[in-house]
Order: sequence, then structure tokens, then C-alpha cells
Amino acid sequence: MGENLGVSAVHEPQTQAPASREHAAATPDVRLDHVTKQFDDVVAVDDLTLEIERGSFFAMLGPSGCGKTTTLRMIGGFEQPTAGDIYLGDREVSGLPAYKRDVNTVFQSYALFPHLSVLENVAFGLRRRGVKGADVRTQVRDILKVVGLEGMERRRPRQLSGGQQQRVALARALVNRPRVLLLDEPLGALDLKLRKQMQLELKGIQHEVGITFIHVTHDQEEAMTMADRIAVMNGGRIEQLGTPTELYEKPETAFVAGFLGVSNLLPGNVVAGDRVRLRGGPEVQVPTAALAGRTGDVGVGIRPEKIDLNGEHENRLDGRIVESAYVGVATQYVVETPCGRLTVYAQNTQPGSGASGRDRAVTLSWNPESTFVVDSMEEETE
Amino acid sequence: MSAVAVRAPQRSNALARAWAFLRHHVLTGYAILAFAYLMLPIGVVIAFSFNHPRGRFNYVWDGFTWNNWRYWDGVPGLRGALVLSIEIGVLASLIATALGTLIALALVRYRFRGRGATNIFIFLPLSTPEIVLGASLLTLFGNRAVANILPLGFATILIAHVMFCISFAVVTVKARLIGFDRHLEEAAMDLGANEWATFTKVTLPLIAPAILASMLLCFAVSVDDFVVTYFNAGPRVTFPIFVWNSARVGAPPQVNVIGSVIFIVAVTGMVANIVWQIRRQRSATA
Repeated sequence: MGENLGVSAVHEPQTQAPASREHAAATPDVRLDHVTKQFDDVVAVDDLTLEIERGSFFAMLGPSGCGKTTTLRMIGGFEQPTAGDIYLGDREVSGLPAYKRDVNTVFQSYALFPHLSVLENVAFGLRRRGVKGADVRTQVRDILKVVGLEGMERRRPRQLSGGQQQRVALARALVNRPRVLLLDEPLGALDLKLRKQMQLELKGIQHEVGITFIHVTHDQEEAMTMADRIAVMNGGRIEQLGTPTELYEKPETAFVAGFLGVSNLLPGNVVAGDRVRLRGGPEVQVPTAALAGRTGDVGVGIRPEKIDLNGEHENRLDGRIVESAYVGVATQYVVETPCGRLTVYAQNTQPGSGASGRDRAVTLSWNPESTFVVDSMEEETE
Repeated sequence: MSAVAVRAPQRSNALARAWAFLRHHVLTGYAILAFAYLMLPIGVVIAFSFNHPRGRFNYVWDGFTWNNWRYWDGVPGLRGALVLSIEIGVLASLIATALGTLIALALVRYRFRGRGATNIFIFLPLSTPEIVLGASLLTLFGNRAVANILPLGFATILIAHVMFCISFAVVTVKARLIGFDRHLEEAAMDLGANEWATFTKVTLPLIAPAILASMLLCFAVSVDDFVVTYFNAGPRVTFPIFVWNSARVGAPPQVNVIGSVIFIVAVTGMVANIVWQIRRQRSATA
């Protein structure tokens, strides 16, 4: 069951892709044009160019220090770029302070005003725009309904649970109907169960209000669950931008392959347009498109769940099971091969199939279509 | 111990109980003694505000009277001295807190050249002996060039008080600002508040308790200051100077009345604050 849910969540954005493509002709909501941000000697964001479609749920994913938060803060107006331009719709906003931009932010720490009630927190932005009296109250009540906090108007932030505070922060931003909503690790402070629940809720709310969401996270699962498109960032640059499916099935760099899920990467050498000889092992077939004209040393990647323990498929590799762990829906094996250690997930579809097979000799095999190719890992690690 | 127990179990039992009693109550006893030591002089001051001294000196109990309280400003010069002290105290605490808040904001928020030096300068008045502070200020104000423009008096007292009060203000407000979540200000700006609105709607309300504390502290320090004031007062007489002058020739009991009033006001304020805090906590948990 759990596995099925996970798979459907991964595929969901793909089914929505055609819908969002209709907007592609319109001006993107956010456009970054060769944006660089430098703090003293450190380049946090390095010549970043990016377009985010109207109404999409966009995630920036990467390890800490990859420049994702700095990028978000530049869009929000809390940092100004050292070079390059930022556009919101047609309007160039680089240099404008946060209060002159049509974006709102949900901060990681929520940043709720502790001296104000929930009502006044949510009404803060409305009041700054001169909305008065009964209008304020109606709009606040409506948005609190959207986030499921009806009747909490008079509470103080400290009287709320973490999840409730998170919702107030969301309501406080959404009530202003911004062009873009920025979310800076919004679920980082919640416990796992609540985080899962809020992921789905956030996605639902985004559908309901139709505002462009830009979401910064270091949690690959969170990004894949919620986002239509993900930019995987590393060292101030975008490593790869695509739908969750593209990023998972066809990662273009070793970094992306390693950051999104578990992957087996084997060093090899290109011998033909669709064939690679694994170092210390056999030749395997790869899709021509995946090879993309590369020659010489490359890395060949296979996701653990795409590998079979019996030699049914075209690409084969002999090995010996050195470790096995039963994790319910699947059994995880570590297999020693001449090309290196591989992780293999075998789904436990049959009763009693979770038996351990330590030290058993196996022939691993996989479909050539499930293979992806990245640049040689020796270069990547440098 | 065991030897004692064998020889005289009865007595050792009593001893043990006495020891246990002592152990349980020694801290209470110590606290009572310490409290008495602190409170006794204040008690004497209050008691002697009702004394009816026969001579000039208010040191011997000669009889009870309400007259000192009824005619509290019956002593020439006392009322003027008290008013001057309050004026200086209010002005000094306002100016010092305003400047101190800005200095604290600069010190906590920004990295600038001279930040370390400023931090040290802020602590100087707190660590310098008052006598040195007073004397060096007098050297400045007594300088003929300065004295021509700024003769010793109200202004010089005020400047001196603002100077040492700033340190208290900076220390108090800084403590509050260090725990301040900068994202709160960013959130305000994010929601459309410009710099001024952010300061008045978010920053100021959140550091208000520290500002209030700073003003009270500055007022208390200023009203109470004698040494620095004495050097720089010129012809003016503040309440502490008045007390000092009159003590030499025999302080009138009205001085005790003012002292008692200050004590009562301070204690009332403190109790009110505690009650308010408890109420707020209860309403927060309810």
C-alpha cells in the first residue's frame, strides 16, 4: 500500500504537466536572468538563469549551502543580487525592497508576531494595504478556513501548536493574494507525521488558490511529493531542472542521481553509440539518448528497484549477496560484483519471499531502458 | 558515630533529630537573618520618619508624630531639591534610553569599524569608580573655555547623568535584542511594511519591556546619584546633595519621609508587576 502511494505521488505531477504547459506561452511569473550573489569572497548563487511558470509548484532542492535559500531571499527582496536581474511577471524588481514586491514568504521559523493575536498576524498585510474594518475580518476568516484554523482568531501564537503556527504563517502570506508565495523549508520544524500530512495539504491549498509556489527544501521526498518541477541546486548553480520523474529516471549528473533517492553508479568506458564496458566487468547496453554522444569514461547508473536478482534482462552482472535486510514492502540486498557494490531492492510480492540469501551467488540483470548515464564520476568528485 | 550510638542510644537519637532539624531549617534561618540585615536600616528610616526629635539630630526616638508626613516640605530647600532630582531623573532616563536603544540596535544589528571600541566605551562608566568619573567631568566642565558656554548647573548635571545612564540603557536593551528573531522584521517588510512601519509595529512593541526597564533603571540610578552630581552640580542642589548637606548639621525627619515614600513606591511597583506577570501566565495557559 505504502509503496503504491509513494509511486502515485511521484507520477502525479507528470499527469499535470500538460495542464501547466498551456500557460507556458504566458509570461513566466518569476524570471531570473544571470543572477549572481556574492557574500564577501563566497559566491552563494552563481550566474543563475531560471523561469517559473504561472501557477506552478516549483521546488528548489539541494544540500545546505547550495544557494537555494539565497535565491529565495533574492526573489523575496531580503537580499539584492550582486549581478543580474529578477523579474516578477513583466516587472523588473531587482533593487526593490521586500515591501514593494508582490510576493509573500512563509519563513522556516514562521516568524509570527508574538505580540499580536492570530487575527492581527493574518491581518497585518491587509492593514498595510489600507484594508479596513469588516473587510479585514471577512478576509481573515475566509483564509483561516482555507488553512483549517477557524475560530482561532483571538489566540496568541505561543498558544498554538507547531502545526497550527505553520498554518497561521501560511494564512498570513496567502491572505494578500500575492503573485508568488515563497516557502523557506516550511515543514522543517514539524514532526514526520505532521510533515507528511502538511505536504499533501500544501499541495491541495496551492491547487485551490492557484498561486505560484516556490518551495525551498533539502528533503528530496518532500520536493518530489509536492512540486511540479524541481531545480536541483549545488554550489550556487542548477544541476538539473525537470519534473520529479525526469530527475529520478534520467538524472544527468552523479550529484542529482545521488541526491534524489538511492542509485548505483558504476564506472565504465563507451565502446559504441549504445554500449558501455563496465570497468572490470561486462559490456552493457544503454539508451542512445542517455549516452547523449558521450565518449571515454562515463558513469552508468541503475536505480536499485530496477534490478532483478535473476538474469531475465539483457544487461547482466554476476555477484554475491553480502548483506540483506527485510524492510516489509521490499528486501534490500547489497551485492558484491567485480564492478563494485550494488544496492538492490526486491519487492516482496509473494508471501514469504523476504527470506535472507546471504552469500548466495546471483546474476543481476536490468532492462537497458532503465539505465542512465552521467559524466565520469572521477570528474564529478573533483 | 557508631561508638556514640552504642554508649548512649537515647542521647544520640535526640542529637540526630536536632541535627535533622538544623539541616532542614538552616537555610530558612540564614535567609531570615540576611533579610533582616537588609531590611533593618530601611525599617529604622521608616520608623524615624514618625519621630519627633527634640534636638537637631534625628537619631534618638523622642516621640511619635504625624507632622513630618503632614508638613513634608516644611524644610526650606527640600522641595526644590526633590523637584530638581525628579526633573533630572526623568530627562536623563528619557535621553539615555533613546540614545541607548539606538546604540544597542547598532551594536547588535550591524558590523562596523569601531564596534569593539564602542562596546568597551559603553562599559567604561560602569566600571570606572564614580569619584574618578565625577572628578574628570569637573576637569572638563571647569575648563574656562567650556565653563563660559556651559556653566556648572542643570545642564552639566544632566549631561553627566545621561553619560552614565547610557551604559545601563545599552546593556538592558541589548540583552533583549540579542534574542530577537530578525525574521520577524523581514516578515513585516514581506507583508508590506516599510522600515518605519516595521520599527513601530514590530520592533518597538517587542523591545518595549526592555525600554521600560531601561527607563526605570536610569531614573533610579539618576535620582540616587550623589558622587558624580556633587562634583558637577555647581550651585544647584539635588535631593541626595540636600540630604548630605543637611546630615552634617542634622537631617530633618522629612528626609526620612521622602526616603520612605521612595521605598513604598518601589515596593508597590514591584508587587504590581509580579501580580500582573502571574495573571498573564494564567491567562496564557488557560
